Amino acid sequence: MPDATGLELTAHELRDHSAESILGTDFQRGRAVLLAAPDHITDVLAALMGKGYTFLASLHGVDYYPEEPRLGVLYELLDMHEVDRITVKIRVGIDDPRVPTATGLFPGAEFPEREVYDMFGVVFDGHPDLRRILMPEDFEGFPQRRDFPVGGEPVLFTFNEEQSYGKWQ
Amino acid sequence: MEVKREVLGPAHPEQPGQAPADFRARQLLARDMLRGDLEGEALERFVEQSIMTTTLEKAVSWSQGNSLYPMTFGLACCAIEMMSIVGARMDIARFGWEAFRASPRQADLLILSGRVSVKMAPVIRRIYDQMLEPRWAISMGACCSSMGVFNNYALVPSDKFMPIDVHVPGCPPRPEALMHGILRLRSKIHGHSPDGWRERYDAVGTEEVLPAGEADGTREAAINIFPGGDTAGA
Amino acid sequence: MALDTADYRKREESITYAAETAGQGQTHELLTLNIGPHHPATHGVLRLLATLEGEVVRDIKPIIGYVHTGIEKTAEQKSYWKVIPVIERMDYLSYYFNAMAFCGAVETLVDVEVPPRAQYLRVIHLELNRIMSHLVWLGTSALDLGAISMFWYCFRERETILDLFEMSSGQRMHTRYFQVGGVIEDIPRGFATKLRKFLADMPTRADQYADLLEKNQIVLERLRGICPLDEETLLKIGVTGPLLRAAGNPWDLRKAAPYSSYDKFEFKIPVGTVGDNYDRYRVRHAEIYESVKIISQALEGLPEGPYITPDRKIALPPRHELATSMEALIHHFKLVTEGFRVPAGEAYYPIEGPRGELGCFVRADGSAKPARVHMRDPSFVHLQALEPMVKGAYIADLIATLAMLDPILGGIDR
Repeated sequence: MPDATGLELTAHELRDHSAESILGTDFQRGRAVLLAAPDHITDVLAALMGKGYTFLASLHGVDYYPEEPRLGVLYELLDMHEVDRITVKIRVGIDDPRVPTATGLFPGAEFPEREVYDMFGVVFDGHPDLRRILMPEDFEGFPQRRDFPVGGEPVLFTFNEEQSYGKWQ
Repeated sequence: MEVKREVLGPAHPEQPGQAPADFRARQLLARDMLRGDLEGEALERFVEQSIMTTTLEKAVSWSQGNSLYPMTFGLACCAIEMMSIVGARMDIARFGWEAFRASPRQADLLILSGRVSVKMAPVIRRIYDQMLEPRWAISMGACCSSMGVFNNYALVPSDKFMPIDVHVPGCPPRPEALMHGILRLRSKIHGHSPDGWRERYDAVGTEEVLPAGEADGTREAAINIFPGGDTAGA
Repeated sequence: MALDTADYRKREESITYAAETAGQGQTHELLTLNIGPHHPATHGVLRLLATLEGEVVRDIKPIIGYVHTGIEKTAEQKSYWKVIPVIERMDYLSYYFNAMAFCGAVETLVDVEVPPRAQYLRVIHLELNRIMSHLVWLGTSALDLGAISMFWYCFRERETILDLFEMSSGQRMHTRYFQVGGVIEDIPRGFATKLRKFLADMPTRADQYADLLEKNQIVLERLRGICPLDEETLLKIGVTGPLLRAAGNPWDLRKAAPYSSYDKFEFKIPVGTVGDNYDRYRVRHAEIYESVKIISQALEGLPEGPYITPDRKIALPPRHELATSMEALIHHFKLVTEGFRVPAGEAYYPIEGPRGELGCFVRADGSAKPARVHMRDPSFVHLQALEPMVKGAYIADLIATLAMLDPILGGIDR
């Protein structure tokens, strides 16, 4: 991980590139996080790729309920030569969660972005094939959001066995 | 010290309906029958001694139970333990059930091993429908029997959409537990399934009382069957 | 939401292959074949929509989600130590790795130090699990190729490993052995002897597997030169683990960013050259020997000491203390009923699983339950590499490549 000063330097460089792209930095327990603006995410990722972070280790979403903006997408980048990791975090509100896709830079982001869409509802503009990946195609709702109920079925015992279709007779 | 000697008689005194214990006597009887020398009562006794009578149903179910063709239906972690019973330590071949068929048309036992997700349930139902009668289903593991470790939006208990004969608990059940479950299924097929704990603790008569109207069909069960032929959701 | 889900079937079957470039001027009819989700050769419930021209695969689209369990959602409802059994069942062949990634992430957040004995015990169990995962992979892959007897040999070794797991934790699979701060229990007497016997046997057995497979003409024809993929494409897709090492890149998190005392052991990283199916098989097979070396070094150098952190706020106190010490009783009560609280923060902890980089992202919000647990599963990302690999290969090669890819649907679907 770049240390705190390295992180600040990286943030400075990216801000020099385009001023509104980096909204903040965070360094906690050895983990460097760049808070980026959702519209400029492709530029940030491309700039970081130029600095050596060429491997996208993970792309996942978080629901920051009750803090606004609620939905976050995190990109974990890895520099294989320096063995350095850096995280880019973007936050989008729940009313219009649109984020430009990263599949242009990292083709391996296709499935993870579909998963973030499926679980949180974040729409990735420019994604070649954005549809549900884990839930059935006609499922309504985004399960991983905090206000989605966990769900579950009542366990079938003998007293409610009639609700099962079965050869219990 | 006194040593007692006595002439031993036949080890198992002959019982009515059983062949003579002495091999020579049986041999002579068989020779006589083949020659046509046995007549009347002697012939009847001979036939009685050498034929095992049973009903056709019992014979058929005996052979069905001993030659189940399980289907490879590994879904999740329980599938690995199901593969273990095919392995050499918990050899399923000593029971005659090693012929795991991939095609539902050729299999008669569906071992549902693993968690059944909402997307997979119609697929399982379709495959179960494709199996030919007589067919049985074992729900292996906690996830498909009840909801298991995960009781959430994504899973369906297998009882909800298909009939299950034996539930095997465990997460994942040990291969011995699965063998026990399949052997229980075999006794069920043979028609004499044990009472289980009721037999052990002498508690026969404590079966649950079904709600009134169940037995005579006046009350319709709340059924949640997946309508056949429609496999939307994939 | 501006997405139109009504024509999803059309998009699902979209093919990227242009019929005119079939070559030889003669185009054959393209057939879309549905492989799975119930299929003996897909490793789990994977559905593949293959577009074939004759027997040649022109396009392939994996459809997953048939064993989606909502593990991440369930994990948000449980206190941290209760998440461990839930998260173990994700990638169901490498359960110790799942638990290690999660415990590592929580340990980073709580800032607790794992005692050296616990680290060595973790390494022993992790490497045993790696061997076990490779054995199951080898057995089932050989089964797919037609070498059916390999299945029984590999599962015989697997039974010995599961006996060892049963000795140390009581369970064969999903053992809940790793806890936050260490391991739940020390290894019993007899474990070391049995482990040494296994380690003495295992290299010979692995040699026997090699003898059985590697000089076989059919295996060579089905694996050599089939479906190679170069390192560049693999890195762009995000592939790590044996697949990347088969292509020539020696990236291994155990060496690059060592965790849990891996830097104290000497072992090599097997690397392939061409990146075809044969290299993938050889890399995984060679990793078995390396894991045996790591385990013997860990066993010989096993330090004395506690097997879990002495911090009573995180780990349960030993039972005998409950009779004498009041604080121990209070800690025990708090830990069992509510669980320990983790200060707010986020952590991403990557480890080297048998299939590649297995990472766990945990977001804590100060309470006793995690606010988000996400597992970065290697098989999920590697499935995207299937399409470039099998484009233009036969169906039989597709089956062999899928076997060599080693996908575990539990990890893909979570």
